[in-house]
Amino acid sequence: MSEQIEMAKAAIEKNCKLNDIDVNLGQLQLSVDPANLILVIDFVKNDPSCEFKQITDIAGVDFPENEKRFEVIYHFLSFRFNLRLRIKTQISEVESLPSITSIFPAANWFEREAFDMYGITFTDHPDLRRILTDYGFEGYPLRKDFPLTGNVEIRYDEIDKKIVHEPVKLQQDFRNFDIQSPWEGTKYLDKEAKESE
Amino acid sequence: MAINTNIEETSPELERLKKLYADKGFVVTSINNLINWARTGSLHWMTFGLACCAVEMMHVGTPRYDVERFGAAPRASPRHADVLIVAGTLTNKMAAALRKAYDQMPEPRYVISMGSCANGGGYYHYSYSVVRGCDRIIPVDVYVPGCPPTAEGLLYGLLQLQKKIRREGNIKR
Repeated sequence: MSEQIEMAKAAIEKNCKLNDIDVNLGQLQLSVDPANLILVIDFVKNDPSCEFKQITDIAGVDFPENEKRFEVIYHFLSFRFNLRLRIKTQISEVESLPSITSIFPAANWFEREAFDMYGITFTDHPDLRRILTDYGFEGYPLRKDFPLTGNVEIRYDEIDKKIVHEPVKLQQDFRNFDIQSPWEGTKYLDKEAKESE
Repeated sequence: MAINTNIEETSPELERLKKLYADKGFVVTSINNLINWARTGSLHWMTFGLACCAVEMMHVGTPRYDVERFGAAPRASPRHADVLIVAGTLTNKMAAALRKAYDQMPEPRYVISMGSCANGGGYYHYSYSVVRGCDRIIPVDVYVPGCPPTAEGLLYGLLQLQKKIRREGNIKR
């Protein structure tokens, strides 16, 4: 299996513009610029020494402190060589990525999910709209600056006979659980030592 | 069988009738008792399985726990159902559909809220996409606690609902 990784790695290195290539736990990992994404993905799908014919997932990560805020990670699987591949790319909030639905039709819903959760836009996507959240939902829930409880909650209004959206009003405050001890207000020796210093 | 809420049931006239017909193959009872017997004896429940609770709800319907011996059979359509069992996490997106299903049920209708999520949001209480209790959307008769409740738990909840229906004890709801 390791020689197949080396073959695939050599082929990708030779033919693609990459920022970085690495083998981690027996899996290939590339870092590319958004501009080269389509070419790289098309190559790894069709090259005879790679044949990453299946897309497993598209994941998003939010790093608010970075200039290029979002990292998008494409996961691929090669049946032929029993290999897995990750392709990472970074974009800022105002940029958008090229859609890979022309190469992998299965990426359609993955890209919709990334759009729904992070607000990452994909150019040339056939149907880029929300997929998981409620109809009329506002905001991008997996961004770090999105509040955990969201901004609206719903209830059924007996007078209007319909479901209404209202600003969140929590009946129960947030709680910080002390997992180390079931008792409230426990003092730990190391913490006490720090306080006394 | 039923709790006596009606004074007529214990009148001497009724006792006389009961004695008169008891050994002739007839049963004398009040119409309220008869209706309660019919209602509690055929609680068709609608399956509204939303999460893992739905699996326990299925167990209740299968021969091991066999809810049908209490006359409760599963129905897929809300228009045939008497009881709606909300089994699982109710999300904001599903809430409108739940209300729609509930609105289609014929009166008298009852709701069992099953599990922590349906009772008050449970594990997902602080989530941006989950309704903090299905009683924000539809009126609930019986709450079954647990995560998920056991099949016995749900069965007990159903028996509690039967008790509640008997206590209400009249035709008009």
